Amino acid sequence: MTNSDINRLKDKAFQVFGIFCTFIGLVVLAVFLIDIIVEGITRIDWDFLTNLPSRRASRAGILTAWVGTLWILVLTTLIAFPLGVAAGVYLEEYGRKNRLNNFIEINIANLAGVPSIIYGLLGLEIFVRQMNLGGSLLAGALTLSLLILPIIIVTTREAVKAVPRSVRDGSYALGASKWQTIWNQVLPASFGGILTGIILALSRAVGEAAPLIVIGALAYVPFTPSSPFDEFTVLPIQIFNWTSRPQEEFLTNAAAAIIVLLVITFLLNGIAVYLRNRQQKKVKW
Amino acid sequence: MLNFRLNYSKLNAAVLLGGALMFSACGGNNEGAEGELAGNIQIDGSSTVYPITEAVAEEFRAEAPDVRVTVGVSGTGGGFKKFTRGDIDVVDASRQIKPSEDSLAQANGISYVELPVAYDGLTVVVNPENDWVKDITLEELKKIWEPAAQGTITRWNQIRPEWPDREIHLYGPGVESGTYDYFTEAIVGESGASRGDYTASEDDNVLVQGVSTDPNALGFFGYAYYEENQDKLKVVPVDDQNDSNGQGAILPTLETVKDGTYAPLSRPLFIYVNSKASARPEVVEFVNFYLDNAPTLSQEVGYIPMPAEMYQEQKQKFEQFAKGTSAPQAQK
Repeated sequence: MTNSDINRLKDKAFQVFGIFCTFIGLVVLAVFLIDIIVEGITRIDWDFLTNLPSRRASRAGILTAWVGTLWILVLTTLIAFPLGVAAGVYLEEYGRKNRLNNFIEINIANLAGVPSIIYGLLGLEIFVRQMNLGGSLLAGALTLSLLILPIIIVTTREAVKAVPRSVRDGSYALGASKWQTIWNQVLPASFGGILTGIILALSRAVGEAAPLIVIGALAYVPFTPSSPFDEFTVLPIQIFNWTSRPQEEFLTNAAAAIIVLLVITFLLNGIAVYLRNRQQKKVKW
Repeated sequence: MLNFRLNYSKLNAAVLLGGALMFSACGGNNEGAEGELAGNIQIDGSSTVYPITEAVAEEFRAEAPDVRVTVGVSGTGGGFKKFTRGDIDVVDASRQIKPSEDSLAQANGISYVELPVAYDGLTVVVNPENDWVKDITLEELKKIWEPAAQGTITRWNQIRPEWPDREIHLYGPGVESGTYDYFTEAIVGESGASRGDYTASEDDNVLVQGVSTDPNALGFFGYAYYEENQDKLKVVPVDDQNDSNGQGAILPTLETVKDGTYAPLSRPLFIYVNSKASARPEVVEFVNFYLDNAPTLSQEVGYIPMPAEMYQEQKQKFEQFAKGTSAPQAQK
């Protein structure tokens, strides 16, 4: 066997190995999805989406849970998006390389790895007690905003960093100020990347139950919230609650609720991907 | 980078539909009828008691549609924390209030009444393939679970010599749960004291799964989880070696838990009512409704009702308490 034959063989082996690795993740995901869908899909009907919680699995619905989840997602986006993008732009465009900024950077990177329940405890003390918001939607959204801010900041920085130097130089050469350059050139050009960060961050927030339980989100809420100061429940709490019930039928309900949660996540991601693609088409250098 | 190709018109429709749904869901509510009971009742606490309270709250909706009852599941400990701060009106508890929690309540000027609402029988189970365990005594359970057993009691024949020389694998609720507190109190004699080398889970379904797939397993959890999984588990009768409340080893059943012969592993579940709350008519109505319906509803969700006369006693106890609390309130 010649040397190049061996190399070709190695190449082939690595390719097979790579495919194998890819499939491990996909197969696990597929098995999980199929299992959930087989178990839960027949349970989903109009009543399931519009009924209030109930002790009878067959009558129990998730109206308050999915409405609560949507509320939380919208509020969290409204809070975390401007804060995170502004912080990212500051760190990348304005922040000088000094000790303080280094310190901030290291902290943000670390914050991204803090367990979510810690954010719940923080939110409980600051938002629920000090700011007196109680176990309201706003307190929950603020807590989840803290949770996802590091992700948004880090991805914003990466996106802003990826804008070519020449675009900025061109803008300055035409007499634009720093702010005009950022607003008119850098942000539109990096918007796609920033949106990707938001998608990832929101997908994390939508599945959180632990920090919301800590701040006092409820399990049984017989009304849909009508303002950010109302009490609420979310789908993950409902799912968590149902999976720990002894009766088999509640496990079916949990599977059905998981499907609804997945659909909400896909829908949101779809919106974000759509916006991103539209934005990226506009950017031409 | 993933590259999604989307059909924009379809997506637009989806977005619009999502928005419309959200809108319709946020409207409604808040139309209060005149003359009826109204107000908010905030309940939080044990996830063990939650199914009963959920059932009661659900039925109460028909009784008093304008009273908004909400129930959380932050655990017995978390519930008492809020209760002793005065944040909530009623707490679900799977154990009695601790002296430290009681003094906190007093420091915050909160008085309360304790009302047992149902029983749960802590059930000791083994794998169905286990053909050697016919019964177990309290002493043997203590020998298995006490802190000193850690690392030393690891085989079945160490507990009773005629049992086989096989490993024993233990399954039990996590240390945060009231179930664990109660079991250690009843078996070891001290709440929260046990060996640490057992498989713990806050989700009893995980324990069911564990015991039903491991022939060497022994575990314990609430009666409802055994009842729903009878085909996968084998229940072990417990002998408390005290013939005054039933002779020999006793199986947990509706009757033995209810009449107290399945001692000491039948435990009461409680609600605690804040005195400020019990001055409000909607809370009085709710608690009475709770005690009236607990016998049927607790059984429906998998627990064991107390004898009828005990519910009457609790009602009287609560009536007395509510009277005492509404008098000073009325003066201001």
